[in-house]
Amino acid sequence: MEEMSFEKAMARLEEIVKLLERGDAPLDASLKLFEEGTKLIRRCGEYLDNAEQKVVRLMKSETGEPVELPFEAGEN
Amino acid sequence: MNAKVYGVTELNNRIKSLLDSDDELAAVFVRGELSNYKIYPSGHHYFTLKDQEGTLRAVMFKREASKLRFRPENGMKVIAFGRVTVFPRDGQYQLYCAELSPGGIGELHIAFEQLRDKLYREGLFDKDKKKPLPKYPERIAVITSPAGAAVRDIIRVLGKRYPCAKVIILPVRVQGAEAPPEIVGAIRYANRYKVADLIITGRGGGSIEDLWAFNDERVARAIFESEIPVISAVGHEPDVTIADYVADLRAATPSNAAELAVPDCAELRETLLGMQIRMVQAVNRMISQRRDRLTTLAEKRVMKSPLNYIEDRRILLDHLQRHFISAAQRIIAIKKERFVKLAAAMDAMSPLKVLGRGYSLAQKADGTVVKSASDVQCGETIDLRLCSGALRCEVKERFEA
Repeated sequence: MEEMSFEKAMARLEEIVKLLERGDAPLDASLKLFEEGTKLIRRCGEYLDNAEQKVVRLMKSETGEPVELPFEAGEN
Repeated sequence: MNAKVYGVTELNNRIKSLLDSDDELAAVFVRGELSNYKIYPSGHHYFTLKDQEGTLRAVMFKREASKLRFRPENGMKVIAFGRVTVFPRDGQYQLYCAELSPGGIGELHIAFEQLRDKLYREGLFDKDKKKPLPKYPERIAVITSPAGAAVRDIIRVLGKRYPCAKVIILPVRVQGAEAPPEIVGAIRYANRYKVADLIITGRGGGSIEDLWAFNDERVARAIFESEIPVISAVGHEPDVTIADYVADLRAATPSNAAELAVPDCAELRETLLGMQIRMVQAVNRMISQRRDRLTTLAEKRVMKSPLNYIEDRRILLDHLQRHFISAAQRIIAIKKERFVKLAAAMDAMSPLKVLGRGYSLAQKADGTVVKSASDVQCGETIDLRLCSGALRCEVKERFEA
């Protein structure tokens, strides 16, 4: 779960909510799901809250590899 | 010979149906010079198209004429598009003109239509060839001019809606002869080095010549071949380019492309909040149902002996719910106003009050909950969790159920 992408985390969350709402899992399993879901929600929330937009300009190095440079709007 | 004698109208109608049955005449481009251009009070335009040897009468109705992007003048070389049919009252065939464009641009229009038809037949615009866009893109490649308004609009909207996505600008020229190979190169480069999971390519609005790079066959094919999904963002409505047809998604403007590319952070936070609430409600419901069931069982008093067991279970459930509520409250503590409201609502019906009545929970050293007297041995140490605090106890005697 450590390096789960945001997309996977959201998909897992949707799955957890559905499972819980179906309500047919044993209570302790449900509470585990709840805990997992809560962690995911916190992680996803932090992902959204801490995001700071990164903008780069991609250039080709001499060997053709991509090199990232800072991008200033309006540059030429 | 038994020649048929036609009425005038009958003959005109026959000629009309002959012309109308010709598919080519139903959608035809004609090149010519404008003469006799007249705009009637009705708003319809009447004119004649001519070349060295011939003339063709033409009419453009008000609705079509209102879309003209230039002022037609006598002597102007134009390309007209429309259908040829007969006006039976006058016995005259004429061109019903749907579009009229100045000569040079007319050529571009024809090239555009031809390329569009060709690529359409090849299947480049097929719906089932469209690649799905990533739901939460992490890296977005923007292939456009680094100097235009388009790139600024895209960066601004992406930053506002979804700053999580990294924006990677691949600077290219977007007009002139160099533009198509540069755009093609950038699309292929982005794919070769997998620099992004989504591409936006386009430019701001302009004349048909300005947008021409996005009507280039090489650009269209590069977009089609791209494994990374492509959103096209050319100009302002109603400009439609070949790139728009072949892209996986067409945006009306560069800002619109950014809107379509990413979800809105604020909406996602709402969604997360909604999921939290649904989880809390689902678990709360689950716990309450189980407790109600036990209460009913206890009230029947038909089973005196398992009463201990029932009480144990009740206590366990209370414990769980308390845990659960406090977990929910922890989350709630880090959320905003709406969550605080939910917390208040939940606290009002909190089973903590039940705990306050004196229930406690017995746990063994390894944390397992003691559900039955037979779970423990005499002399074993168990912990009693109370509403506040806990007690470490030694089992002196067991009373089996």
